[in-house]
Amino acid sequence: MSYVAIKGGGRAIAAAAAVTEYLRTEEGLVGTAAEPLEINAILHQLRHLVDRVVSEGGVYHPQFAALAIKQSMGDTLEAAFALRAWRSTRPRLAATPPLDTSKMRLIRRISSAFKEIPGGQMLGPTPDYALRLLRLELMDESPEAFRAIAREWLKTCPEPQLPDSFPKVLDALRAEGLLPPVSATRLQEAFDITREPLVFPVPRSAALATMARAETGSLLAIAYSNMRGYGDVHPTVAELRVGYLPVLLPHPVTGELTEAGEVLMTECEVVAMYEADKANDSGGKPMFTVGYGACFGHNEVKAISMAILDRALQKGMRDGAANPSEDPEFVLLHVDGVDSMGFASHYKMPHYVTFQSDLDRLRTTQNKNREIA
Amino acid sequence: MNATPLTQGGNAYNFGFLDEYAKKEVRRAVLKAIAIPGYQVPYASREMPMGRGFGTGGLQLTLALIGPDEVMKVIDQGSDDSVNAVNLRRFIEMTCPGVSTTTKTAECTLIQSRHRIPELPLTSTQIIVLQVPYPDPLVVVEPSEDKRKTMHGEADYSRLLVKLYEDIVKFDEITISHRYPTRINGHYVIDPSPIPRWDVPKLDDSAALILFGAGREKKIYAVPPHTRAEPLAFSDVPFRVEDFRDGAGQRRACARCGSVDSFLDEFVSDSGGKTYQCSDSDWCDGVEASA
Repeated sequence: MSYVAIKGGGRAIAAAAAVTEYLRTEEGLVGTAAEPLEINAILHQLRHLVDRVVSEGGVYHPQFAALAIKQSMGDTLEAAFALRAWRSTRPRLAATPPLDTSKMRLIRRISSAFKEIPGGQMLGPTPDYALRLLRLELMDESPEAFRAIAREWLKTCPEPQLPDSFPKVLDALRAEGLLPPVSATRLQEAFDITREPLVFPVPRSAALATMARAETGSLLAIAYSNMRGYGDVHPTVAELRVGYLPVLLPHPVTGELTEAGEVLMTECEVVAMYEADKANDSGGKPMFTVGYGACFGHNEVKAISMAILDRALQKGMRDGAANPSEDPEFVLLHVDGVDSMGFASHYKMPHYVTFQSDLDRLRTTQNKNREIA
Repeated sequence: MNATPLTQGGNAYNFGFLDEYAKKEVRRAVLKAIAIPGYQVPYASREMPMGRGFGTGGLQLTLALIGPDEVMKVIDQGSDDSVNAVNLRRFIEMTCPGVSTTTKTAECTLIQSRHRIPELPLTSTQIIVLQVPYPDPLVVVEPSEDKRKTMHGEADYSRLLVKLYEDIVKFDEITISHRYPTRINGHYVIDPSPIPRWDVPKLDDSAALILFGAGREKKIYAVPPHTRAEPLAFSDVPFRVEDFRDGAGQRRACARCGSVDSFLDEFVSDSGGKTYQCSDSDWCDGVEASA
C-alpha cells in the first residue's frame, strides 16, 4: 500500500505542538538577552490586545487574557478562544443586578452630539487625533527612558478634580422629550447567553450579550455595511465613555449589594431618527431612538459598531429586516469569533468519507449524462 | 441543585472538564431529545478547548454521559487513528481519569464518531454520539431558523422533496451524497450528520441509542433505540447507498482484508492506479484477523 491514511496521528500532533513551541522560543537562539514575554508586559504594553481578548473571551480576567495572548503568540482569535474554554470549567455562582454606568470611574468620555455636555468632554487616552506616523525612536527604546516617561507625566499632572459620577447625555435628551421613555423591558431579567441558546426571536438583552462578546472585526464589518448604505441608521454618538465600572454582588450572608471589584468597560450610546409614522411608544411623534453598545475592555470601535447594530436590529425586529444588518439571525449567528474561526478551521480536518460520497454522486450523474448523450 | 463537583486534588479540572451544572443541562436536553425523536433540542453549549466544528457538540454529550467505568471508542472517518480522533481521545483520557479507551467496536460502551457509524451492528448496551456540523436538513431550502422551526413543527418538508425532485429532473439522480435527510418516527426529518448514505440504513431500528450533538449550532437530537428512520425518497426513485461496483459490475473488495460489505476509502497510488480499503479500521482489522 503506497498511501495509508493519517496513521500515527498522535505522533503528528505532538510534533506539531513541539515545532509551534519552538517558534515561540526561537528568539533564544539568536541572542543571550532573549527574555520570555512577561505577563505584566503584555498587560501594560499590549493593553489593547488584552482589552480585545477579555471582551471577545467573555470573561473579565486580564491576567489569563495576557497568558492566552502569550501562548497563542498574539493570535486574538486563539487567545479569546482559550479564555472562553477556560470559562466553561467555571460554574455560574451569582448574577449582578443591572449596574449603573453613571457610576463609572471614567478615563475618557466624549459626545459628538453637543459641543459641551454636563460634566464636560474628556478626551483621555485616544489615538483619534494622533498622526499615524511611525515613531522610529521606539525601535530601540532604552529601558531607562521608558521608565522615566510615566514618572515624568505623573509629576506634571494636575491633581484630579473629577466627580464620582457623570450625568448621562441621554438623560438630558430624554428629559427634553427627544427620546422615548425607558421601556419596561429594561427591568426584565437579562438573558444569559452562556446558559441558554438563542432561539429566535430573541429578546434585546440576548442580542446585546451576544454582541458584547462578539469578534470585533465581524461586528465592525456588518455595522459598516449598515453605515455605508445597506441600512439607514445614520447614528450620532450621544456619548462614548471608557472607565472602570464598580461591580456589585449580593453579599453571601446579608444579601446586601457589595462592591466586589471593578471592570474596565467601554460604553457607547448612539441616537438615530425613526421616520415619524413608524415611531412607537410615543403616540406617533417623531423621536430619536437609541442604539446601545457596551463591552469589557477599552474597545471603542467595537462599542460603536455594537450600538449601531443594536439600533439596526431593533428596527429589523419591528419592521422586518430590509438589510443583513437588520436581521437578528444573520447578525447574531455570525459574529462570534470562537464559532466562526472554529468552523473555518474545521475544513482542514480529514473529510475523505464525505468526499468519497461526493465522488460517487458525481461519477454516477456523469455516467448517466454519457448514457443520455 | 445538588450537583457535586467531582474535582479531586484541589485545583485540577473537574472530571469530564465541564462543571456539573453544565453536564446536568446537557443530560436534560438528551432526555428531551429521546422523548421527541428527531426534534432538535436547543441547549446553551459551552466552549470546549478545541475548535467549533471539531466535535465540540459530540464532546459535550460524551463528557455529560461518561462515567468512570466507561469503555470509550473515538473515531473520525471510521478510523481510530485519525488526527482528530486521537486528539479527542487524548482530551477525554486527560479529563476523565479512570475511563478506559478501546478501538474495538464490540468492547466499547460509548462511541464518539465523526462521519461514520461502525460497520459492526451496535447493541442495546452501547450509545453512539455523532458530531454534527449542520443540525437542520431544511437549511438547504430555508436560511431562517425561525421559519424552519415552524416547518418542522408542521412536518412541512415539501420544499425538501421539491429539491430532491429537481435533482431528478436535472441529473436523473438525487445528488445528495452525505447528510442525507432522514425522517424519524414518521415526523421530524433530521440531518443525520455527514455520514455517507451507506450508514443511513443503520439508523433504522437501531438497537443502540444514537445521539447527535451540534456544538456551534447549539442543538442536541436523538434517534432512540428501535425507532423508524426512513431516508427521504420517492416510490419510483428509491434511496440508494454508495455504489462500490467496478466497471464490470463486480463489487470491489477491501485491498487489505477482502471485505465486500463495508464502506471503502479510495486511494490513488503513486503509479496513478486506484485501490480500495475499509474506512472502518476496526472492521478491517477484525475481518483480517479472522481470515
